[in-house]
Amino acid sequence: MNIAVIDYQGGNVQSVLFALERLGVTNAVLTSDPDAIRGADRVLFPGEGEASSAMRALRAAGLDRVLPTLTQPFLGICLGMQLLGRHSQEGPAGGTELLGMLPFDVVRFTPPDAAHKVPHMGWNNLHDLQTPLFAGLGGVGDTEAVALPTAADYVYFVHSYYAPVGDYTIAQASYPAGVPFSAGVRHRNFYGVQFHVEKSGPVGEQILHNFLTGDLG
Amino acid sequence: MLTKRLIACLDVQNGRTVKGTNFVNLRDAGDPVALAARYAQEGIDELVLLDITATVEKRRTLIELVRNVAREVNIPFTVGGGIGAVADVEALLLSGADKVSLNSSVLREPGLIDELARRFGSQAIVVAVDARQTNDAAQGPADEAWEVFTHGGRHPVGREAVAWCREAAERGAGELLLTSMSHDGTRDGYALGFTRAVAAGVGVPVIASGGAGAAPHFRDVLLPGGADAALAASVFHFGDLSVAGLKSYLLAEGVAMRPAV
Repeated sequence: MNIAVIDYQGGNVQSVLFALERLGVTNAVLTSDPDAIRGADRVLFPGEGEASSAMRALRAAGLDRVLPTLTQPFLGICLGMQLLGRHSQEGPAGGTELLGMLPFDVVRFTPPDAAHKVPHMGWNNLHDLQTPLFAGLGGVGDTEAVALPTAADYVYFVHSYYAPVGDYTIAQASYPAGVPFSAGVRHRNFYGVQFHVEKSGPVGEQILHNFLTGDLG
Repeated sequence: MLTKRLIACLDVQNGRTVKGTNFVNLRDAGDPVALAARYAQEGIDELVLLDITATVEKRRTLIELVRNVAREVNIPFTVGGGIGAVADVEALLLSGADKVSLNSSVLREPGLIDELARRFGSQAIVVAVDARQTNDAAQGPADEAWEVFTHGGRHPVGREAVAWCREAAERGAGELLLTSMSHDGTRDGYALGFTRAVAAGVGVPVIASGGAGAAPHFRDVLLPGGADAALAASVFHFGDLSVAGLKSYLLAEGVAMRPAV
């Protein structure tokens, strides 16, 4: 299987490559070449840092035109997920126009009190999981709401902006407690996760494994 | 819900862990990679590698170590210790560190925080603040005076600690790592008043460090102290507390925790 990790100077790609290695994938290619990306069986799109600089780097590499045309399973991670939306509040005056592949607008957390910090940083539990991307985790396939949190439900988040819950949401987390946001999104072959799947312990490894092997059509 | 974090700190010199450990079943307790992997497996939420090497070889050794830890460990980790140049930060992040922690360099040049946050994002920039209580606070915690110190608590830099924390956050630090030099090594508990003052007055997550000796100390700094994370070294390294046992205790005490696997 050919796996492409998109390289656009968008942050901590090394951690994603190492996470793939731990799953036995040693031939993943770090690339910004449109043909290599189009030819891959799976495409990972990491992202860290700030939205407007990331969009500038994507445009400079011509990737803003390539990514929406892809048809294989595609996974945006953290900022890589947010960039799939239409617009972000992050960025100089007025925010940043994003790739527009999913119909959400990214907004900043506005905590109600000093106990809730921004960034939302740390381990939080997923709920309302859908699609085979989350196979093997609590709640998938169940009609009941996810029960008490277990170790299996927790993943690592670091972000100050978020995508609200919508039709495209395939996983939720809550911050503050009781206020859900999109922890996972999907449109067709385009998936995204807000958390750092590559740094989320055994749960993250399960989700990455599902992405590499699952029927995500 | 978002949980509080437990963080183990590994002191590293020339690529080796320097404080002894009594982990049984660990082939080489001086190998930071093996130790980091062991903690991750036990359910620690995050790791800090604190490099205390003071040689010109430092950077290369540290970057190699960071790569090896990132290769083996599937949880986030921060690297700190004498980091000052933008190029060092970039190299460490590109090698797989999730965050870097800065201390003396940003006290000398506060604008470095702004520059690093712009370039790498606030999520990657931790500002470490070593502070010492400089009065006896006869009237209680509200009267405590805390000042920033460097060089292991020996050199005062003439800054009030809570104000410096606020400035660091405003300049773009994504997290603050507070160490009370008045409590570090005492095992009598964390600096609750100082931690609370920063946690309540600054909008970014706060890691408390210095003074952990027993399980109730963690409860106190995470609940009344208001810290988002508690860091410890020797209580974990010497096996006084197991990660799983401490997490069970904290969950039972009503602290939101990711359960140990």
